[in-house]
Amino acid sequence: MRVMRWRSYLLSGEGRQQMNEGATKLFEITTDELSADEVVGRLADPDIGAVIAFVGVVRGSTDGREVRYLEYEAYPEMAEDVLQQIADEIRERWKTIKEIAIVHRVGRLEIGEISVVIALSAAHRREVFDAVHYAIDRLKEIAPVWKKEVWTDGAEWKSEGWQKEGGEP
Amino acid sequence: MRVKVRLFGAPREALGRCEIEEELPSGSTVQDLMDLLMEDYPALRSHSGMIRMAVNRKYVSLEAQLREGDEVAFIPPVGGG
Repeated sequence: MRVMRWRSYLLSGEGRQQMNEGATKLFEITTDELSADEVVGRLADPDIGAVIAFVGVVRGSTDGREVRYLEYEAYPEMAEDVLQQIADEIRERWKTIKEIAIVHRVGRLEIGEISVVIALSAAHRREVFDAVHYAIDRLKEIAPVWKKEVWTDGAEWKSEGWQKEGGEP
Repeated sequence: MRVKVRLFGAPREALGRCEIEEELPSGSTVQDLMDLLMEDYPALRSHSGMIRMAVNRKYVSLEAQLREGDEVAFIPPVGGG
């Protein structure tokens, strides 16, 4: 949360429907530029009442220090499995959640670029807020993704550390 | 038996490579592999306290047994999002 500024918003059904062509992965690590609309478009089910998209954006400063850019790295094969696992956990907790897509970008990201998009759909709005909150917290907790902050005078790998001691996450 | 070890983030930079192959006696555990890595690659020692291990893309405990051809990963504290 220290490095990112978060925006979340509800999108209308009409805007979403136009984006449905072309089957793509629901859980993906990519070097491509991200767009909330594109990820929301991966949710193909028309019988839904609410979609939420959570967008993580690279912030220009942290702890008063100016960030030049971020370098993200992932263990992509495992990270995609972990994103799928997070989606399974969400469906277990919130039975009304229908579809989930989580896409994380890696490589060099400039200030203001999107690092992650999480899109969820449900018949009704209530649970999408809790579910998307859970998704981003869990992603930060267990997905094998790393980020290095690069400043004008140095660089550092940033993490809040493992949150649970011992055992499997 | 041989296993492949993948490295990411700070330990990858510390070692200057993203993959290591290690030869181990059969029946070895993840802990045995850790011990061997720390011996062979002193640059990894300062990271070992915070590392979680994965085998074939799943987090495992240090007691987990390794098999020929396993893909092991050295997972430093994550920081996505």
